[in-house]
Amino acid sequence: MNPLAVSEAEKRLIPSSGVRGPVPLLIGIMTFVIVVVAAAGLALANTASIVKSGAENRYSIQIADGAARAPAAIAAARTLPETARVEQVPPDDLRRTLERWLGPAAAEADLPLPVIIDVDLKPGADATAVTKRIERAVPGARFIAHRASLMPLLDALRGLTVLAFGLVILIALASAAAVVLTARASVDTHRSTIEVMHGIGATDEQVARLFLRQIAVDALLGGIAGAAIAGLILGVILGGASFAASLAGSPPLGWADAAVLAFMPLVIALLATLVARVALLRALRERL
Amino acid sequence: MAGSIVEFDRVGLRYGTGAEVLRDLDFRLSEGGFYFLTGPSGAGKTSLLKLLYLAQRPTRGRMSLFGDELSHAARETLPEYRRRIGVVFQDFRLIRHLSAFDNVALPLRIAGRGEADVEGPVREMLAWVGLADRASARPPTLSGGEQQRVAIARAVIARPELVIADEPTGNVDAAMAQRILHLLTAMNRLGTTVIVATHDLGLIAATPGAQLIRLENGVLVDPTGALKHPPGTPPRIIEARP
Repeated sequence: MNPLAVSEAEKRLIPSSGVRGPVPLLIGIMTFVIVVVAAAGLALANTASIVKSGAENRYSIQIADGAARAPAAIAAARTLPETARVEQVPPDDLRRTLERWLGPAAAEADLPLPVIIDVDLKPGADATAVTKRIERAVPGARFIAHRASLMPLLDALRGLTVLAFGLVILIALASAAAVVLTARASVDTHRSTIEVMHGIGATDEQVARLFLRQIAVDALLGGIAGAAIAGLILGVILGGASFAASLAGSPPLGWADAAVLAFMPLVIALLATLVARVALLRALRERL
Repeated sequence: MAGSIVEFDRVGLRYGTGAEVLRDLDFRLSEGGFYFLTGPSGAGKTSLLKLLYLAQRPTRGRMSLFGDELSHAARETLPEYRRRIGVVFQDFRLIRHLSAFDNVALPLRIAGRGEADVEGPVREMLAWVGLADRASARPPTLSGGEQQRVAIARAVIARPELVIADEPTGNVDAAMAQRILHLLTAMNRLGTTVIVATHDLGLIAATPGAQLIRLENGVLVDPTGALKHPPGTPPRIIEARP
């Protein structure tokens, strides 16, 4: 039997107050927060993934004060079968970068600049073997994995992602607790009707069904409203972040993420209904 | 001899940690019998009725209904037994926001009857208790007597095997009291066991062959049936257990 199927006569037993009361508002607010926090979590996870994949096979050969040895290093790197791309970072780019810290002094000709050569390895290449060969061919050169320097950033992004999803779970638990309280309050409010129904031979399932449909409808409508407002705000924020997205080469949220977020109200309504059902049956079992 | 529909074996009942309100109740009621439950206020009549319509479990002893031992029956099994019992509460316990029609229809709907099988019997029952034109009225707009008649209609609509009525004529005039008694005796003749808690001696006098259960201070008085009513009728007794 469908636990949400209620006849017109059964609907009259527990008069509906329409879409009012705490459940739609509560679920609406909770859904809004969940969608925003989940969107942030997904964006962080995507960003971490982009950063990680960008740095996955990228290395630098660094030769301190070794402009003369740069051609040999580039030639040695290009002869290796593991390398996909070998490109020296132009000295002007290095000076522009140093300008942030040194100011105009970065443009002085006698400023010793290291040679930086960007190297992309082919997927699956043995980075240790490449390191040994580069260092053998150009003594004093350092072969540095970008991944190592980005590790603190990746760790922070991962931590924030876990925090975001942890918050989603906490908010969901808080919502569940609120639904439990609402369900129990409903049972208390309609105590006399329930006593009469039990006395006449109604089962707990029959009684619970009267409340469940209303809670499901309230949760779904509240969830849709909360998700719609969250969607609007996220749309404005992501629209403003389009510049950042174009720099990153990928939007912070993809279509799959949007689909996950769009399903949130349905999932939340379903969970609220399940939690309410358990709470109602427990509350009813406290009576004979 | 008819089988027992109710069987109490040294049943006791206490609320919480208080003193026992019913003590050592030991009797059988026969299927198809008509019983009056009497006794002074506070004697335990309502508590005994609660045990009978399964709103309470005994705190000791064994209680059987319809041949099944229910003192420790699983809670989930009780609705099935409750559907075989019709109860008229002293305070009516009508659902205030439902019409008289919906109140009377409730047992049929709970039992799973479709709307097509509800309309006719409910209209018929409302007509019988003289409330055909009040079908859509809600209890707060009905007089005490009208509410009592709705409560009686609700108790008997599903043709229960056992009808328990707590002061069913307390709020109606003499004519309606007669009609209610007539309904209960008619149901009794069709095989329904009827238990009526009442102080109304006239009601008892008007029901020849009915048997008395008398409670005093939570104890069944005269379990051998020496006290029977009305005087002169054959001594049908409430069977005391050996």
